[in-house]
Amino acid sequence: MANASLLSVRDLTVKFPRIEPVRNLSFDVSEGETLAIVGESGSGKSLTALALMRLLPKAAQITSGRIDFSGRDLLKLDDRSIRSLRGKEIAMIFQEPMTSLNPVLTIGRQITESLRLHEGLSAKAARLRAIELLDLVRIPAPHKRIDDYPHQLSGGMRQRVMIAIAVACRPRLLIADEPTTALDVTIQAQVLDLLDRLRRELSMALILITHDLGIVTQWADNVVVMYAGRKVEQALPEALFADPLHPYTRGLLNASPRLKDDYHYTDGPLTEIPGSIVSAIGENGCPFAPRCPIVRSGCRTRVPDLLVPAEDRLVACPVIFAEGERHVAARGL
Amino acid sequence: MTAYRRIGRALLRTALQAIPTILVIIVLDFFLLQLAPGDAADVMAGEAGSATEETVAALRSRFGLDLPILHRLFAYLDNLAHFSLGFSPRYNMPVAELIGQRLPGTLLLMLVALAIAVVLGLALGSIMAVFAGKLPDRIISVLSLLFYSIPGFWIGLMLIVLFSVKLGWLPSGGSGTIGSDLTGLHAVLDQLRYMILPATSLALFYVAIYARLTRAAMLEVKSQDYVRTAAAKGLSPFTITTRHILRNALLPVTTMAGMHLGGMLGGAVVVETVYSWPGLGRLAFEAVMGRDFTVLLGILLLSSLVVIAANAVVDLLHAWLDPRIGVR
Ligand SMILES: Nc1ncnc2c1ncn2[C@@H]1O[C@H](COP(=O)(O)OP(=O)(O)OP(=O)(O)O)[C@@H](O)[C@H]1O
Ligand SMILES: [Mg+2]
Repeated sequence: MANASLLSVRDLTVKFPRIEPVRNLSFDVSEGETLAIVGESGSGKSLTALALMRLLPKAAQITSGRIDFSGRDLLKLDDRSIRSLRGKEIAMIFQEPMTSLNPVLTIGRQITESLRLHEGLSAKAARLRAIELLDLVRIPAPHKRIDDYPHQLSGGMRQRVMIAIAVACRPRLLIADEPTTALDVTIQAQVLDLLDRLRRELSMALILITHDLGIVTQWADNVVVMYAGRKVEQALPEALFADPLHPYTRGLLNASPRLKDDYHYTDGPLTEIPGSIVSAIGENGCPFAPRCPIVRSGCRTRVPDLLVPAEDRLVACPVIFAEGERHVAARGL
Repeated sequence: MTAYRRIGRALLRTALQAIPTILVIIVLDFFLLQLAPGDAADVMAGEAGSATEETVAALRSRFGLDLPILHRLFAYLDNLAHFSLGFSPRYNMPVAELIGQRLPGTLLLMLVALAIAVVLGLALGSIMAVFAGKLPDRIISVLSLLFYSIPGFWIGLMLIVLFSVKLGWLPSGGSGTIGSDLTGLHAVLDQLRYMILPATSLALFYVAIYARLTRAAMLEVKSQDYVRTAAAKGLSPFTITTRHILRNALLPVTTMAGMHLGGMLGGAVVVETVYSWPGLGRLAFEAVMGRDFTVLLGILLLSSLVVIAANAVVDLLHAWLDPRIGVR
């Protein structure tokens, strides 16, 4: 894990005319590492991913920050240069496998497209490579399947095709935006296993975006917890589960059914975090303050700094270090 | 291959379903035409100027116009069953032969007009979609509104005034240079020169429709997830537009174009009259004026055949364009 840094995001802020869904976000990804970005729906995970690809919707603007990818600031590249990186060095898998493939083109055509563009392969060579890729993502009878249209494949198969498209040119960074949310549970594990195997075989770095903490334990090297556009906690997965610091992370763990048995973190019932993420809009201080069980009056006036309680660990909450509070927060009261 | 067999079976089914449809159309047309005042004998007598009651009656009985209406209907159907479209009293020749002379000209005109309309419509619609809300979009929007609302005959006359009278670039009517003994490519080019203005006048209305349709369809497709996937591959905006967006936006346009092929015959009547183009449209017009119902019925029958064929072609085209549909 102590590899050289591949991607370094500093103070990234994404702004729509009325809201700022990503605020002062910083994180690093090393070569070959898997970084998980966790947070509930609406916390700005997808927009962060799209910002890395420079594929944000037109209305969105990156108002500050830098994104360094192996020595280049992605935010300063012109359109042509960023296009030559997309699909070639940074690739992305989207949340919705059912709609992310073009319905009128064969999957073969959709895979060979980037091979021909970035690697300059002939039609024939690209087709052979596409069959190899389908085989790599474990699609049975790839030489037959290659001429199928997306509607002939199941959701899990389509996501495999999406993965094949993404890894076609052996990118150095693969961003997987909730790759399994739309799939049923048995397929989820297969797809995640596949991603992890490909990451090792192709020595890619992986950003795994999810709202499911259960995924994180098994597959991530490092975890960033996001809330309302901000990083609220960062830790190695073992540390995060053994001793979650931020009240939001604790809430997430309390609300996550699978972790109960594995980690015996709480013995109480499943509890969801009261309130909704919408309450963060317009907060001057900590975005989580309106829902926080241990909120103090000071929390609502200024945004808490990221503190460093231990090595490889960051948390944006000063209150938990006050005596007695950790216990209260742990019970999710 | 099974795909071809499926297509063949689908075509056969279409043809079989067409027979009762056409029968109903003929019978309905037949009775509708009886509602028009007068018949061919009246008109011919009127044109002759000095016809007596007896000569008119003689004409009627010669063409069978004095028989009871059902009798005439069955006679016509009997003709059809023997693959004959009947005989035209006015032109004094079999209707099939008459239509056969005029059909190629009209079909050519309609197909060229439709091709112009689809190509121009797709091109303009794409420009509008790419520049949605910006100046090019606005300008083309206004233009297409004009094309849409100005009647075809007026566009035809104005095109003649501009390109034939003022500029002298293109002929104002007819279907080929008379007395020229051009062959091969030159003959084709000569015909093309005569075709440009009528086909354009016929097409402009449809250009407007297809441009707006293409624009709307492309804007809708543009926000689809798979377009973002295409962008994530690093494709250029041009490739994304042509390969991913336009390809999906073609479907509604082809549906419309197929439906319009039948309707174009109506437009052809006007345009052929303005440009004195010797086609079916003008024949239909003359047949109405001369109350030559046998000819008219033949034309109506043929145009319903054209519509049915066009629908079959559109179905096939769709199955090819959209793999989700398949041949039913
Ligand atoms: N095109 C847009 N215009 C305006 N606001 C947007 C747009 N796209 C996203 N947002 C807002 O930005 C916020 C973050 O969205 P984002 O899609 O990044 O969330 P997410 O963390 O990926 O959630 P999910 O788990 O549901 O995918 C949301 O509150 C959303 O309403
Ligand atoms: Mg998302």
